[in-house]
Amino acid sequence: MIATFILSHPKATKRIGGSVAIVLLAAMLYWMGVGPGWLQPFLPGALQSPGASRVAAAIVISLLIALNWKVLGLLPRLYQVGAVWAELFALLLLFFYSFNLSFSFIAKKIGFLITQGVVTTLYISVISIVIATIIALIGAIAKLSKNGVVYGLASFYTSLFRGLPLLMQIYIIYLGLPQVGYVIGAIPAGILALSLCYGAYMTEIFRAGIESIPKGQTEGATALGLRPNHTMFLVILPQAMRVIIPPTGNQFIAMLKDSSLVSVVGVWEIMYLARTMGQKEFRHIEMLITASMIYWLLSIALEIIQARIEERFGRSLKR
Amino acid sequence: MKDVHKWYGSYHALDDINLTIAPREKVVLCGPSGSGKSTLIRCINRLETHQSGRIVVGGIELNDEEDRIDEVRREVGMVFQHFNLFPHLTILQNCILAPLWVRKTPKKQAIDQAMHFLERVRIPEQANKFPGQLSGGQQQRVAIARALCMSPRIMLFDEPTSALDPEMVKEVLDTMVSLAREGMTMVCVTHEMGFARQVADRVIFMDQGRIVEEGKPAEFFDNPQNERSKLFLSQILH
Ligand SMILES: Nc1ncnc2c1ncn2[C@@H]1O[C@H](COP(=O)(O)OP(=O)(O)O)[C@@H](O)[C@H]1O
Ligand SMILES: [Mg+2]
Repeated sequence: MIATFILSHPKATKRIGGSVAIVLLAAMLYWMGVGPGWLQPFLPGALQSPGASRVAAAIVISLLIALNWKVLGLLPRLYQVGAVWAELFALLLLFFYSFNLSFSFIAKKIGFLITQGVVTTLYISVISIVIATIIALIGAIAKLSKNGVVYGLASFYTSLFRGLPLLMQIYIIYLGLPQVGYVIGAIPAGILALSLCYGAYMTEIFRAGIESIPKGQTEGATALGLRPNHTMFLVILPQAMRVIIPPTGNQFIAMLKDSSLVSVVGVWEIMYLARTMGQKEFRHIEMLITASMIYWLLSIALEIIQARIEERFGRSLKR
Repeated sequence: MKDVHKWYGSYHALDDINLTIAPREKVVLCGPSGSGKSTLIRCINRLETHQSGRIVVGGIELNDEEDRIDEVRREVGMVFQHFNLFPHLTILQNCILAPLWVRKTPKKQAIDQAMHFLERVRIPEQANKFPGQLSGGQQQRVAIARALCMSPRIMLFDEPTSALDPEMVKEVLDTMVSLAREGMTMVCVTHEMGFARQVADRVIFMDQGRIVEEGKPAEFFDNPQNERSKLFLSQILH
């Protein structure tokens, strides 16, 4: 019955739905405990009871949000996106600002955080990404192998390294390898753990990408006399790239941030520096927020690169 | 082929196949769906492996030795029902890929040769397009040109026209007829009876993995001996 009403009265539904949404939003804001303090200058003495003023604050805010929504609706799409980003970013800054941050402290430390921290993080991530990609390629081909030994090796590897928490892997490699007589530095241990862990995830991505290419492609290449390795690198992989790139980009972004786990073995990357530098002067929040923003910026850079690459592979593959 | 058997699991896909094809001979394979036609011609370039019997192609016996398989595949071209062109490469790149990497032909020469064959299948002007931009008939002609670029001595066709719209069937068949006239050894799985009558030296009828009947096209079509051939012909000729 409701469905019939919705389908036959689209306009009324839209109006009712909008009102319901505003009421729900107001209720949620009230429940979250939005304070009425900022309303005082506009309504001197009007609302005495604290309960009523909280209700008023919640309603005003939800109406403002609704108005904002309407106004944004008038803009062209590109401006809408920009405006939403700007508004949300302003809110985020407001949120940070409410912590009473010491910007002079941030300004003092950010230089070292970038020259030492960002450089180390990027260095670890880039090397790990390259190694993980190579592992993934080998792993995927191995997982598709008819040879049981090869498949066994590959499936054990992906199962183990996807199954253990990355933090554990870092500890095990850093603390465990010396037990068997191989002393390993903190940075190599971190790179090794990240590469192995992400190599395992990416093995699955590459395998799925390769499997998404129809069998006819392999047969066509084989019938032409191409050897399996030529078939893979000249025919299958270039096509699989289109399927592989988007999730791989995700993995790169995830790895960039997971490289912060390497801080537990004392590598001077962003996370480690943010923690230690904040600790000395009890300015944790400053450093953590700064580090977060740096991670975000780096992720955005990766997103942009990913979009570029996707565009390129999409173009040559138009069917 | 001598006493060739093949099983998929417990399914007997090829049952005691004995077949000799002379150089320059044109053989048409027909038979109901699932009778093993594709399996048979795919055994010739070892896209499928047979389990017993002997297959000798151009004097080379097919077994597990990779060098022999490679050698046979260089001499045997194949055209598939669904073209199997490489969608990420242009028509020209499709044609020169195997000559470059398998025959190690110099690039310039490979391109000249590819253009020569594209002209023969009458689509040189499409050389720099991608397969997806071509019609089905054009794609299949590219697939033929691509196979010819390896200068094969034998060409295998597996239902080359059955995925095509009716109006494109003719352009592909014409290409195949002209290839036949030039003396290529051909094995075609096809139900195009006009084509079979026109070029085939021999028609082979398969059913349930066996060769049931073979003969000259005129004899086979006009006066089939076997009950199943009769039934099959009455079905495809309506
Ligand atoms: N890869 C395979 N695995 C299992 N059975 C198969 C496979 N390929 C073909 N077959 C079976 O073998 C039989 C012959 O197939 P095929 O040679 O493709 O027939 P046709 O080309 O004459 O239609 C069919 O019954 C089919 O189901
Ligand atoms: Mg078939």
